[in-house]
Amino acid sequence: MSDQLLTVNNLSVAFQSGSITTKAVNGVSFSLNKQESIGIVGESGSGKSVTATSILRLIPRSFAKITSGEIIFQGRDLIKLSAGQMRKVRGNDISMIFQDPSTSLNPVFTVGNQLVETIRAHRKISKKAAKQRALELLDLVGIPAPDKRITMYPHEFSGGMRQRVMIAIALACDPQLLIADEPTTALDVTVQAQILNLMKDLQEQLGMAIIMITHDLGVVWETCEQVLVMYAGRIVESATVKELYQRPLHPYTWGLLDSQITESQDSDAPLSSIPGSPPDLSYEVTGCPFVERCPYAEAICHQETPPLQQLADGHAVACHFQTGSNTLERKEHAYREGTFTRS
Amino acid sequence: MRTFLLKRSLQLIPTLFVVAVIVFFITRMLPGNPAAVMLGPQASAEDIAAYAERLGLNDPIYQQFFDYLINLVKFDFGNSLSYNQPIVNLIMERFPNTVILAVSALLIAIIVGVPAGILAAKKQNTIIDYLVTTLSLVGVSMPIFWLGVMLVLAFSVNLGWLPSTGMGSLDNGLWAFIRHLILPSLALATIPTAQFARVIRSSMLETLSNDYIKAARSKGLKETFVIYKHALKNALTPLLTVIGLQFSNLLGGAVLTETIFSWPGMGLLIVNAIDKRDFVVVQGSVIFIAIIYVVINLIVDVLYKVVNPKVNLDGGSGGAN
Amino acid sequence: MVEVANELEQTRELQYAKARKEQAFTRKLLRNRFAALGLGIIFLLIVTAIFAPLIATHPPNQMDVTKSLLGPGSEGHLLGTDSYGRDTFSRIVYGSRISLIVGISAVLFGAFFGSMLGLISGYVGGRTDAIIMRIIDGMMAFPFILLAIVLMSVLGQGLVNVVIAIGVSNIPGFARVIRGQVLTIKESEYIEVTRSLGARHGRILFYHIVPNSMAPLIVYATMSVAGAIISEASLSFLGLGVQPPTASWGSMLQEGKDFLVLSPELATISGLAILITVLGINLFGDGLRDALDPKMKV
Ligand SMILES: Nc1ncnc2c1ncn2[C@@H]1O[C@H](COP(=O)(O)OP(=O)(O)OP(=O)(O)O)[C@@H](O)[C@H]1O
Ligand SMILES: [Mg+2]
Repeated sequence: MSDQLLTVNNLSVAFQSGSITTKAVNGVSFSLNKQESIGIVGESGSGKSVTATSILRLIPRSFAKITSGEIIFQGRDLIKLSAGQMRKVRGNDISMIFQDPSTSLNPVFTVGNQLVETIRAHRKISKKAAKQRALELLDLVGIPAPDKRITMYPHEFSGGMRQRVMIAIALACDPQLLIADEPTTALDVTVQAQILNLMKDLQEQLGMAIIMITHDLGVVWETCEQVLVMYAGRIVESATVKELYQRPLHPYTWGLLDSQITESQDSDAPLSSIPGSPPDLSYEVTGCPFVERCPYAEAICHQETPPLQQLADGHAVACHFQTGSNTLERKEHAYREGTFTRS
Repeated sequence: MRTFLLKRSLQLIPTLFVVAVIVFFITRMLPGNPAAVMLGPQASAEDIAAYAERLGLNDPIYQQFFDYLINLVKFDFGNSLSYNQPIVNLIMERFPNTVILAVSALLIAIIVGVPAGILAAKKQNTIIDYLVTTLSLVGVSMPIFWLGVMLVLAFSVNLGWLPSTGMGSLDNGLWAFIRHLILPSLALATIPTAQFARVIRSSMLETLSNDYIKAARSKGLKETFVIYKHALKNALTPLLTVIGLQFSNLLGGAVLTETIFSWPGMGLLIVNAIDKRDFVVVQGSVIFIAIIYVVINLIVDVLYKVVNPKVNLDGGSGGAN
Repeated sequence: MVEVANELEQTRELQYAKARKEQAFTRKLLRNRFAALGLGIIFLLIVTAIFAPLIATHPPNQMDVTKSLLGPGSEGHLLGTDSYGRDTFSRIVYGSRISLIVGISAVLFGAFFGSMLGLISGYVGGRTDAIIMRIIDGMMAFPFILLAIVLMSVLGQGLVNVVIAIGVSNIPGFARVIRGQVLTIKESEYIEVTRSLGARHGRILFYHIVPNSMAPLIVYATMSVAGAIISEASLSFLGLGVQPPTASWGSMLQEGKDFLVLSPELATISGLAILITVLGINLFGDGLRDALDPKMKV
């Protein structure tokens, strides 16, 4: 119990646009221990970012709403906090870094300015002390010559360096939890590895928990212990990383795994992707949300939504045919283009 | 920065040259003998011939143009017949009055328009937003000469609170001066105020949707801080462009406003000169205003760079973000 | 067989998508209540201008000094009379013609020559572009209304001259808008492809660039009509517009200005007519821009 840092219970988020309600997140539950890292994977639009930003209550207030659930962080339900209390959590207890470092830094202020303002938003210290801290942070994230860099504007940095700055800002107040929303997607492949290594090092050094959002199962493999697979605003499978690789259960996860480039892969072999597209979340989903794209779907899948069922070893999956008594046979190349046609 | 300034200043030369050419040829398009037109119907044939000689109208056209350019460079705009003095003197006497009017209007526009635009963006889709949006659309559609007349009707004719014409002398105290300034500067400020509100509203809305605003919020900054520090500075870039553009409108609007309120500025000078067919004055004043306008745009470009460090040094008015 | 059916379906889907897009545009425009209001005002203006002789209660220039400066409603004069005893309502009705004629013709004039310059400048580029743009910059150095004033003072009063003066003042704006469009479109991939396929300049210009520049051109032109109407009224207000006794809202306002005490309606009504017309056009223009492309920088 004392180890538990964050528990999300039955979180649902909806966007309202005119008369259309989009249920972007639907009853998501998971929990996270101190110093643990958890990965969230899933296709574009599966609700990863919305889940993450809801934890910090950063979804646009005017048209998005948390419709149900609780987010217990260190014993407090963040949803019930006042705006002022919530502000004190952001950047202080929970920090976030975003996908594109070139757009998440304000172009018209120096890097130092943006670091110092974060520190001084939460710590009552002098400008000078804050600047000293900023220099230490830049050094910590591996930016050379911090005393020169601190007076520069974001556009004078490379993409990787900008993401380092973002990490420095996120770490400014020693957060317990760092949410990283696709922190490497916008970067070059070589830089991606550097940033991931940096994050891993810093996590060990500073002992924080990480929620790592990504499309790339490889990133999860490198950095996380636990992984959640999201689809259509729901968690469809959750397991330890090792378990997921050795014994993936959900057909959607199989599809995701098939569509990853693996090192051993023969470069001529066609990369398969899951045909079709996720359901439109502005309509009520009946049955399994994956049914239209699932090569294994049967009648029941159209009628009943499978719940997320806990199996042995903390492995959970939401599929009618993976309940322990039922098991599916994973077919080779089930998603390969041409071999799969929609019914 | 210095090379940027130099480069932009050099760019002014062709523009000003074109301005000079345009004005020269428009005034040469005058029907009939310009000397006869300028001297009016009562002038005798000898007078006209002598005057034409003095103006160099008998020289070949390229010679005339060349002399005209030389004079311009020397800041010599010629002499006014109707006022009987060098046009430079007239301009130096009138231009400050136009500046007073234009600057007061600009200040009103910034003080009222910018906060209104911010407020509307902050309260998007609320009654306040609709109010600002509607009022500003009425504002940009306003025929300001009509608004001027209506202000006179309300505050001078009906209520008798404020004078309807002329400019107050500072010798009679600050209040006398301001009393005369209120109505004309209000009339002149209407369009820029509305324009600023519109521009700031839309650029704030655009800025507020940026990732760095979300990032700023995720750092736990106060909302006022997010809006007034992070969003506003970025939203100011388009405002600067519009301020530059509006200056042209202010100088043009001044012609109308000054006519209604008999405000002794450049606009009234030009309109009166047209009435008196004193084309040398028209030509000189118009060139002068064009020069001022071009210089203001240069200043706006420089400010652009100060506000937005990303605009590259030699690209001139390159885009923001 | 299957392929043919597939292709057919695809074509149908494309057509369907296109139809939906067009429908969406019209719906968006009309659902925007403000734009619809603007359209209503414009419609009213056009009807008034066309049927002016039927709507007006008196000949617009018929003077009767014995009935000067009558108040609204008296002796069959709906909105009263001016200092010459002319019926204000009828003059307002006829004044709509001047506003409309000048607004539309001056913008067509400016749009035609401005677009030509912009097309040539943007498409040819290089030295031609530099020269044309310097000329445009020079023209833009004059406050819009000042350029029109100077031109009018040279050309002299009259409807055609007003159209020319305001039309010329409109040229640089159109040239800039079109040039910007051409530059963007020219760089786009599909033009490169078309060119690499050996298309001729004329074809590229008139089949690709011109149609793709239409949306911003239309929005800009709509807004410019509002500006031109204000300019005409301004010129007439300064006594530099259409020749008296032709009824123009600007000149009516100028006459009304001298009778603010005796007959304030005169100035009030003519100005209101200008304001409502311009507001209507701007409402419509805003709606048009939002429906076509909210991000459009016009
Ligand atoms: N600002 C918004 N307005 C309306 N709907 C939104 C908004 N943001 C997200 N959504 C809805 O929420 C769904 C989930 O979006 P989310 O950004 O969480 O996906 P994601 O999994 O992070 O995708 P990606 O991998 O592309 O980042 C989207 O499909 C969309 O329908
Ligand atoms: Mg995302």
